[in-house]
Amino acid sequence: MPAPPQRPAEPTAAPATRLDLFLSFSWLALQGFGGVLAVVQRELVEKKRWMTREQFVEDWAVAQIMPGPNVVNLSLMIGGRYFGLSGALAALAGMLAAPLVIVLLLAALYGSVANAPAAQGALRGMGAVAAGLITATGIKLIAALDKNAMGMAVCIALAVATFVAIALLRWPLVWVLLGLGGSACTWAYHVLGHAEAARS
Amino acid sequence: MSMTPTPAHWLDLFTHFASLSLLAVGGAITTAPDMHRYLVGQQGWLSDAQFTSSIALSQAAPGPNVLFVALLGWNVGLNAGGGAAGGWPAWGLALLGVLVTLVAIMLPSSVLTYTATRWAHRNRERRDVRAFKTGMAPIVIALLVATGWLLSAVHNQPARDWPLWLLTACATVLVWRTRIHLLWLIGAGALLGAFGWV
Repeated sequence: MPAPPQRPAEPTAAPATRLDLFLSFSWLALQGFGGVLAVVQRELVEKKRWMTREQFVEDWAVAQIMPGPNVVNLSLMIGGRYFGLSGALAALAGMLAAPLVIVLLLAALYGSVANAPAAQGALRGMGAVAAGLITATGIKLIAALDKNAMGMAVCIALAVATFVAIALLRWPLVWVLLGLGGSACTWAYHVLGHAEAARS
Repeated sequence: MSMTPTPAHWLDLFTHFASLSLLAVGGAITTAPDMHRYLVGQQGWLSDAQFTSSIALSQAAPGPNVLFVALLGWNVGLNAGGGAAGGWPAWGLALLGVLVTLVAIMLPSSVLTYTATRWAHRNRERRDVRAFKTGMAPIVIALLVATGWLLSAVHNQPARDWPLWLLTACATVLVWRTRIHLLWLIGAGALLGAFGWV
């Protein structure tokens, strides 16, 4: 019998103002070479403690399943939680403004450095590190499954199946989310129902 | 190879990207093949090289990778103004292109996400909302690890690429086990690559 679901521990801090949200998101966006997600986890969960590991996984699940750019969705969700629509827009603006300026400057300058072997080599090296960052973020979040109502064994089985389907079999994401994700949610619904019945 | 910058064309660009917005499950990059078909193949507003370099540049820059869409808009506008030689009018059109494509790709999905997640947050004690979050957690964690795997698997020649794999493995362990600042790692990767060691 799986353990009864626990509410995740509450985060210990929160953004003070919308400006704080904007600047925090600008700072983490500017660190996000080859993907922002690893930085969001490091900054908002480990350093600022605005959210717990469990909340981060839950939010990331929603951001991933909704259409649209994942990190944009995540910014809207986190910002919206603190200050409603204006908070969502502050976080989104922070995520996009500074990187947009940089990428447009790069585009305007492009051509002078694009073919230099050193520049291409640097891109290769940064790409390899970025792959490591995202992998490590996934590994660290496995600990968040401890509190999952389905139990660790079921979680690991689902995670392994997802990895095989996406990384090795290269199935389309939509089908994996619908198939494995749908089954997982159905099973979780069943487990949570039992837990509620056991408590009442 | 450029669009005539008429309102009708801008509107067409906007509606095409707005319709892709709601199809972009798993990130905007999943709709890149259709953007290529539309911009390069069907309309002829961008060259193949401009499309590819837009994606490569956005990967090299910091920030969310949805910014490749802004670069596509930039190049469409720039082409419409006669290229970089077109001077200020061309830069103006390029900025208009950024605005049109970026707003179009984000607006529909953002409205949907914001509305849906506010609803889910108000109803976070409902069993179906909790079941969704509980069920999806192991899936999305595995997706992160799979993404790292796929990024490395692009380099698929062991004799040549083993230093890259080693670098990825070292970065993984350092991020996992230590609190080292991520920018140091990115910088180290850039240096190793620039000197041709990976």
